[in-house]
Amino acid sequence: MKKGIYSLIIKEFLAVWQDKKSRIILILPPLIQLFIFAFAATLDVKNISIGILNLDSGKQSFELCQRFQWSPYFPHVRYLRGVEEIKDVIDNQKVIMVLFINEEFSRKLLAYKKADVEMIFDGRKSNSAQIVQGYAMQVIQNYNDELGQIMHFPVPSSINIQRSWFNPNLIYLWFNVPGLVAILTMFSTIIITALSVARERELGTFEQLLVSPLKPIDILIGKSIPGIIIGMIEGSIILIAAITAFQIPFTGSLLLLYFSMLIFVCSIVGVGICLSAICKTQQQALLAVFVFMSNAVILSGFGTPIDNMPQWLQNVTLANPLRYMLVIVRSIFLKDMPIHLALMQIYPMIIIAIFNLAISTVVFRRRLE
Amino acid sequence: MNDKIVIIKNLKKSFDNEKTFALKSINAEFSAGKIVGLIGPDGAGKTTLIRIMAGLLKPTEGSVAILGNDTILQSKNIYELIGYMPQKFGLYEDLTVMQNLNLYAELQGLTKEAKKDRFPTLLHFTALKPFTSRLARDLSGGMKQKLGLACALLRKPKFLLLDEPSVGVDPISRRELWSMILELAKDKVSILWSTSYLDEAEKCQEVLILNKGEMLYYGEPKRLTEKLKERVFQIQNIETDRRRVLTSALNQEEVLDGVIQGSAVRIVAKKDQQIRLENFNAGKMATLRAVDARFEDSFMDLLGGAPKGESPLAKLISNVPKDEQAIIEVKALTKCFGNFTAANNITFSVKKGEIFGLLGPNGAGKSTTFKMLCGLLTPTKGEAFISGLSIKKVTSQARARIGYMAQKFSLYNNMTVIQNLHFFAGIYPVDEKNKENIIQNMIKTFDLTSFINTTTSELPLGFKQRLALSCAIMHNPEVLFLDEPTSGVDPITRREFWSHINAMVSKNVAIIITTHFMDEAEYCDRIGLINHGNLITIGSPDDLKQMAQSSDLPSPTLEDAFIILSSKQDEAQHV
Amino acid sequence: MFEKYTVKIRKIKALTIKEFFQIIRDSSSILIAVIFPIMLIFIYAYGVSLDFKHLKVGLVVQDDNPDAQSFVLSLRDSEFFNVDIRRDKKELIDKLTCGDIHGIITLPFYFTRFKTAWANNIPLSNPECVNLAPLYVVADGSDPNTAHFVLNYVQGAWANYLLQQAISNKDRGFFHVNVQQRFWFNEEINSRYFLLPGSIAIIMTLIGTLLTSLVISREWERGTFEALMATPVTMREIYISKFIAYFIMGMGSMVLCVILSVFVFGVPFKGSILALFIISALFLLTALGTGLLISSAARNQFLSSQIAIIVGFLPAFMLSGFIFEISSMPETIQWISELIPARYMVTSMQTLFLAGNVWKLLIINAAFLSTMILVLFLIIFMKTKKRLD
Repeated sequence: MKKGIYSLIIKEFLAVWQDKKSRIILILPPLIQLFIFAFAATLDVKNISIGILNLDSGKQSFELCQRFQWSPYFPHVRYLRGVEEIKDVIDNQKVIMVLFINEEFSRKLLAYKKADVEMIFDGRKSNSAQIVQGYAMQVIQNYNDELGQIMHFPVPSSINIQRSWFNPNLIYLWFNVPGLVAILTMFSTIIITALSVARERELGTFEQLLVSPLKPIDILIGKSIPGIIIGMIEGSIILIAAITAFQIPFTGSLLLLYFSMLIFVCSIVGVGICLSAICKTQQQALLAVFVFMSNAVILSGFGTPIDNMPQWLQNVTLANPLRYMLVIVRSIFLKDMPIHLALMQIYPMIIIAIFNLAISTVVFRRRLE
Repeated sequence: MNDKIVIIKNLKKSFDNEKTFALKSINAEFSAGKIVGLIGPDGAGKTTLIRIMAGLLKPTEGSVAILGNDTILQSKNIYELIGYMPQKFGLYEDLTVMQNLNLYAELQGLTKEAKKDRFPTLLHFTALKPFTSRLARDLSGGMKQKLGLACALLRKPKFLLLDEPSVGVDPISRRELWSMILELAKDKVSILWSTSYLDEAEKCQEVLILNKGEMLYYGEPKRLTEKLKERVFQIQNIETDRRRVLTSALNQEEVLDGVIQGSAVRIVAKKDQQIRLENFNAGKMATLRAVDARFEDSFMDLLGGAPKGESPLAKLISNVPKDEQAIIEVKALTKCFGNFTAANNITFSVKKGEIFGLLGPNGAGKSTTFKMLCGLLTPTKGEAFISGLSIKKVTSQARARIGYMAQKFSLYNNMTVIQNLHFFAGIYPVDEKNKENIIQNMIKTFDLTSFINTTTSELPLGFKQRLALSCAIMHNPEVLFLDEPTSGVDPITRREFWSHINAMVSKNVAIIITTHFMDEAEYCDRIGLINHGNLITIGSPDDLKQMAQSSDLPSPTLEDAFIILSSKQDEAQHV
Repeated sequence: MFEKYTVKIRKIKALTIKEFFQIIRDSSSILIAVIFPIMLIFIYAYGVSLDFKHLKVGLVVQDDNPDAQSFVLSLRDSEFFNVDIRRDKKELIDKLTCGDIHGIITLPFYFTRFKTAWANNIPLSNPECVNLAPLYVVADGSDPNTAHFVLNYVQGAWANYLLQQAISNKDRGFFHVNVQQRFWFNEEINSRYFLLPGSIAIIMTLIGTLLTSLVISREWERGTFEALMATPVTMREIYISKFIAYFIMGMGSMVLCVILSVFVFGVPFKGSILALFIISALFLLTALGTGLLISSAARNQFLSSQIAIIVGFLPAFMLSGFIFEISSMPETIQWISELIPARYMVTSMQTLFLAGNVWKLLIINAAFLSTMILVLFLIIFMKTKKRLD
């Protein structure tokens, strides 16, 4: 019933576009999420405040403190006056780290001995603290390297050459925003499909469809295709925003990205249809999408790496198409992903897509009664 | 006379800063101990008026005072004086009967002793005593209604406000409710009963008629019907097609209104006009008999009469050749949901050009039967055939022969008229090449030209109905399914609708209609009475009335027939 | 006088009991209030981890000498790395592109030869060699956070290696600045320890804002509010009864989360239980107030849930400091985060669990929360009239 499906698709688009509620939900949340996520969701550590307690009066400790003072990593340095202040500044989160130099520091170094300093971190923010630790260790390391020259004594250099490929300045936005292309595409697709049946049920028009000569499979296709198209459009909009507004470099193949996006969207549509068949009202469908998205995003490698999860959970994520899409998107943007590698990420999505669509067909048919 | 319990002065209400008015200048005074009927179709403003009287809305202009207390200025006193039952009864579905009663008792400040006193009385009054621990959502429509009433009566209010309490409730429960109300009135409780069922108006001592926010009349219903003395007639013993008689009757200058009643046609003459039987083509044996006016007649008189003219559909639809074969055949159709049998062994058939009605209260099984015939539910047992196609085996093909119009029209609210038409033309087997023509024809026929690009939600009710009908018949179906098509609709729109249907019937389209509205059932050629999932009896409206006839009841109405026949069946089952 | 209050209390009591019955018999309440929070705790506990151990890296070893091998061993046996050793870089580059490994460490063929020179900081005669290094690290910059850890860990491993070498070379002194690190409150640097306390804020937002706004909008939609309003009960009494019922639920789920965190996932709790209850109560009240405002504005379940998610859940997740560091956000967003109650809740929870009673911090946060409660309730009381329009 080809012309029936065509009419269904047109109807779906008109319904979505001309209904204020649907229009808002397609435009507003993704925009808000784009901006908030892009700027707020950063694991970057900037604007760091540290404290320094220097009980030593020698030149060497002064030299070390100066390096911390002038390092671009540490814009806010507080000098503490006594040991009792350490607890206060750390407990009350005024600084994330305190560097404690004792009064033996310079003396020990001048005697060519090992000099100890203490770094105290606020463990409540362990991720940020560890990154700060990395920065601080670099400063110390540099100082150590140059100690030999300063003291005219050979000291093993700890030079190793470190590079970051693909994103040399480790700009967090370059990591976040491509991921958002995938996530917001997923969100639009699933919300449009999930709400579609529930909306018609509430309006009473769903019965009208069921009474018509349309077969259930026609209705299913008629609802899936608009979801796919809208998902792709939304994805493209975010893509354009990423390249123009956020200036993320795009090094790979646009065609490959679109192909992957298409497969991705197909795998999501099945989930949306299932949810739509099960939920009776739009509000229920919204909640179901919310629960689904929360879990899917956490278990996808978007914010925190999959590698950090326990093995059994990592295996669970193999069923999450977002996981693969994130790899593809990030790689195409920043790493010029070659086709053969992309295909390795695409084929699991194809399997998931087929599986999801099959299940959704069964659930849909069953639920029509 | 200071026994005026409610005084409404120049009441106006607008929801959009006085651009449009939901209520325009209402003035009335209710005396104590009377039952006042608030009558009007859906959208007339009844609920708005009731809410203002209950103090839930603020008037834009004017005021309402109950026993001297202004609803806005002395609102606290109002709550002590009134009992209020909103639409949908105001019950908590997740609580039991007893829990609902307790909750309202506590909220209204009943003391423990008062509770001990009131609860047994109310439970007895409403016959809910054996159901105190049942969840409210598991109660039948009639029981919910009674529970809602009980909760409103906890404090022995002086003024009881009931917002459409009889909607969707079976006739037996409706009558029980009325008897309860009458008892209350004897106790000097004043009652406001709002309804869109015009026949309930006659039971009230006073009526306030609303239409589109305007008060058309306030006073005794008798005085209204008196105006129509000797203006109402029935044309009986019609030899020709009674629907044609109705159409030609309506075309006469002197006729104000006309409806079908069983095998007769009822007409109302305009003031000081003579009825000439010859003009109606009813045949030589036809007789004209004067009958008592009823409330609906006076209502039509107030509104200015029925729409004239023939339905343009008559010319548009191609004639389906008539034959005696049944176009719809239903054989032992049964549907079970688990242990519960919703429809049991339903068998009937419908011929071309026949209007068949499935009549019964909500929950009786008529919707289930209807849905099975449309292909929306799979029957557990039995079969049904549309034009010889089995709905079980070749569902899609069978459905292509059906037109369907749902209760609240199920059109796509955000799409325009033309978009809706295109959509339905796309999913039904409408001839591709002719599609544009057909759509244009529909637009012309139903006079939708000025509304082509209007969104459906903005259409007036009558035009929505036309659009829904045109979408349902674009593919020239042989059968048309109508699900409660005119419940709550104003009488004028209803008459227009039926003129379209009659036109289709005259071209031999078969119609199946479900309704719980007795007046609508009169239009049917045959009625299948359904109760408790069983098809009690099949017959023409007149046949059914005759079956219910007895010495006590020489001329029963269809509602009487329904009640009597159902109770007979209930008794038979319990024996 | 007293009679008036006893009547009020009776009404509120009846309404609250009604709420509870509705909660028990309504599946969506149980879903949001019990099932979803438990699911979230488990997912956050296992799925959200910023503990970088066993980082997958590639290792290219071009030098077979024992010196190089001892360094390779130290990397292989380290709990920080999960090394994939190859001779050729090419295969590893594909893996890097796919994100299978996060970095490539290269020990060049001249490692041993030059190592001695470097170890003694003797400048190399050949000018070309000046810019060579014994160790090369390439990190996958597309994931900056992980890249930091790769670089830091390698730096640390190399420094350690040099230290071991120097110690075994006892004839040379080895003077340098040595760092002793202490992670207060979280010695094991377990990210779960800071995530789970923060997640309590998220879960309370779900119940306080999302569930409450849903439930109240549902009453509007079903028309039961109308019936209530026609009785002598006031809107305030209705709201108070709902507050009480959902307050109890919210605190209940807080207790559940705390029990799970402490006894199942081993997060330490060093603060006072009283402070925990007080701050949670304050936060829950802000969440409830927000939910109530949303539902009285929206009066429609679909709209309410949307708004609740955008205005309640998202900020609580993104801008509260739960995972993402507030001080790293742009200034405007930092300002916005000061208006979000969840921020104060998250800090208080992290402190109470891991640091104990830091009174100054707790009292400041409590003060912020209390102010927000006052503002919210002021708005609510001003806006609620017993009218339908």
